[in-house]
Amino acid sequence: MRLVAVTVLGHDRPGIVARTTQLLAATGANLEDSTMTLLRGHFAMVLVAQVPGDANTTAEALRPLTEDGSLVVSVREVPEEPTAGPLGSAYLLAVHGADRPGIVSAVTGVVAAAGGNITDLSTRLRQDLYVLLAEVDLPAGTDVEEVSSALAQAAARLGVDVSLRPVDTDVL
Amino acid sequence: MTLLPELPQGAVRPVLRAPAAGLSGRAREVDPLEPDVLALAADLLATQLGSPGCVGLAATQLGVPWRVFSLDVTGHPRTRTCHGPMVLANPVIESATRWEKGREGCLSVPDLTGDVKRATRVVVRGEVPGTGESVLVETDAFESRAFQHEIDHLDGLLFLDRVAGAHALHARQVYR
Repeated sequence: MRLVAVTVLGHDRPGIVARTTQLLAATGANLEDSTMTLLRGHFAMVLVAQVPGDANTTAEALRPLTEDGSLVVSVREVPEEPTAGPLGSAYLLAVHGADRPGIVSAVTGVVAAAGGNITDLSTRLRQDLYVLLAEVDLPAGTDVEEVSSALAQAAARLGVDVSLRPVDTDVL
Repeated sequence: MTLLPELPQGAVRPVLRAPAAGLSGRAREVDPLEPDVLALAADLLATQLGSPGCVGLAATQLGVPWRVFSLDVTGHPRTRTCHGPMVLANPVIESATRWEKGREGCLSVPDLTGDVKRATRVVVRGEVPGTGESVLVETDAFESRAFQHEIDHLDGLLFLDRVAGAHALHARQVYR
């Protein structure tokens, strides 16, 4: 078995997930992690699966998805990655304000400069309002006040609001 | 204790929508006995009542940077304790306990809702516009959530600043 990452992008319609996973299941593939969403109405899915063949045979098995030209599929082999939890602390970064180019790059640049790792990200545009939500792991020992202050400066330059709060880690 | 003073005739005013600048920044304390504050309180309640589904409105949402809001959770299915329609100036949360996640929307963010953790028990101190009476309101459940949402507005915060995770925002089709 080999580990592959499959991406499926394109025009949304009912049945894409079902068809994709049927074709994969027919090859004997075992799905591990997957995520799917609509981005401005476009279907976007990424999944990681163990497959009996390799990336090429999997791509061949998925060819029927692309026949009408509305979906683009790519398959590539990926190495196993450690999936242990983060060593630092989890924060939620929220940014909202008037839409303009460069918001995501400016604020994520601040996070990267602090050694922070973004583990989940979503952004939304609703009319003029742009909202970014990012889950961020900051390394142990990070001066969070300093990061918040740098984020506030970046936000002020962009004319947007920013907040950085610890993620609720309550468990039962 | 009365949380609803005798109000002048209020006007329905336009509500700011994010990303309006007036929704950011901390609003300032007011003198609850100022006639302008009472007039604003009347406008807040009139605007809130004129907006279907709206259970509270903060002065900042009308573009006024004063610490005043209106609230009325009467009849909402998640309401337990209910103080009815009210207006309050200079509110301060004295205690907040028993945190729970719930879905929130906002007239100023009409296209989105979000999952936000709030205290389900709060004690809020404030002053009643017009009378200046200092009051201590103890409440729970939906009214408690609404208090925190409105007081956040007065600190320049939207529910967007409090959502629980990167995927805790949802599309919504109401308020149109």
